[in-house]
Amino acid sequence: MTQPLIDIKGVTHAYQTQSGPLPVLDNLNVSVPEGGFAAVVGPSGCGKSTLTRLIAGLMKPDTGEVWLHGERVKGPRSTVGMAFQNPVLLEWRSILKNVLLPLEIVPTKLSKKEAEDRARHLLELVGLDGFEDKRPSELSGGMRQRASLCRALIHQPEVLILDEPFGALDAFTREDLWQIMHRVKEEEPFTGVLITHDLRESVFLADEVIVLSGRPATTQYRLKVPMDGPRDLEHLYTPETAEMLAILRHQIEIAQGRAPAESSEVAE
Amino acid sequence: MFQKIAVPVAAIVIFLIFWEALVWINGWPNYKMASPSDLWPAFWKFRDLFFTMGWDTLWRTVVGLGLAVVVGVGIGMIMGFSRLMRDALYPLLVGFNAIPKATVVPIVALMFVGAHDFNTVLIAFMISFFPIAVSVSIGLSTLEPEYRDILRSLGASRMTIFWKIALPKTLPEFFGALKVAVTLAFIGTNLMEIVSPHGRGLGALFDSGKTNADYPLMFAVLIALAFLGIVLYYVVVALEKIFAGWAERSPT
Repeated sequence: MTQPLIDIKGVTHAYQTQSGPLPVLDNLNVSVPEGGFAAVVGPSGCGKSTLTRLIAGLMKPDTGEVWLHGERVKGPRSTVGMAFQNPVLLEWRSILKNVLLPLEIVPTKLSKKEAEDRARHLLELVGLDGFEDKRPSELSGGMRQRASLCRALIHQPEVLILDEPFGALDAFTREDLWQIMHRVKEEEPFTGVLITHDLRESVFLADEVIVLSGRPATTQYRLKVPMDGPRDLEHLYTPETAEMLAILRHQIEIAQGRAPAESSEVAE
Repeated sequence: MFQKIAVPVAAIVIFLIFWEALVWINGWPNYKMASPSDLWPAFWKFRDLFFTMGWDTLWRTVVGLGLAVVVGVGIGMIMGFSRLMRDALYPLLVGFNAIPKATVVPIVALMFVGAHDFNTVLIAFMISFFPIAVSVSIGLSTLEPEYRDILRSLGASRMTIFWKIALPKTLPEFFGALKVAVTLAFIGTNLMEIVSPHGRGLGALFDSGKTNADYPLMFAVLIALAFLGIVLYYVVVALEKIFAGWAERSPT
């Protein structure tokens, strides 16, 4: 196997709080191959968001190393795109200008016209054509999240980091966005890390699900999800999916300390 | 549009009629309470003075307010970005703001004897920079970390983040404070003009009305002050519409 695109090696991290250090990550190892899409699930407050900040170079781990594309991450880099649960669109800009924001920071070869065309194309891809000149306040939550996704992709990042981007949406909108994610991945290939609380979301979108243990988090379990191209929602209701969900649910219970731990293994 | 202009105008007219009637029914002489019909003659008699004095008041208020904006935004930025500076400066600012500015006027007048324009601008500034500094610092320090992260993760500098996100995001709070500050600056200017008059500004005209027991003149000055205050306030509202109009939700 070639070297993974995202490689997190033995990362340990603790936050300094008033009542002493609070360890959140303990010897965590995660690797995602190029074009892979890993979902990270785990109990709340187990350090999943810390993980995204480490990959994005927004924080440095206490010990251990984070590598992207064969280079050690020492600080923020322009090859990363991020989307959060809060779409954080800039209210004073149109949707199009919001999507173009990263290109004002990252050096780009695109001319102004080409950049705009690309932004329009992305907006069309997520079904927001016709909303380019609207303000974020005129859009619904799901639409804002789609615009935020376009912004994360505009500069063609190698790595897309999604920190619970669909967490605040209603169930139907969320399923909509899952399918859009498949469409986007096909047209705009990326290597992705998805933080989520939703097990169905993890097996629907990702080709590998990583279960983190409770705090301090370490890799407790890894589940490979057979993935052959885009899926439709039917996929959620197959016996295979049901079986995977059962395994993951059990692992989450272990992580929460509600079920006895067993030796962790990697299911194929 | 009709409602936006006609309703306030009608309200003002009703208010004036009520005032006139009150004075007339009670039979108050105009040294007790001037009525609206006394105001126009008083204004017309001293119209030249009203314009020159009004201009003095206006420009000194605007300069003081401009200074308050520059210094207030500066202090707000320092406190907004640095926890340490916020902890250090906040009690000082609150204490300074708590001092009634009427007590500062004689001190300033003594410190810079004769520099009347400077003193007036200084008081207008001192009384009005506090809300601006506080609102800018709160706006900056409550910026959600995700806003910073979307640009920081791309390697943007602090300055870029400030210009592209922090500053525009703070504008609605800033204009909210500016509306308070513009009225305060106006009070500051008048305070100096009345307490330590140099024969300049509407405050001085008011003071001379008082010395000469010319009540209609005093009331006419009050109305002129109200008029200037309204003008200044709506200038700020217009600026807010231009620069922070996006923060206004459409009524749909």
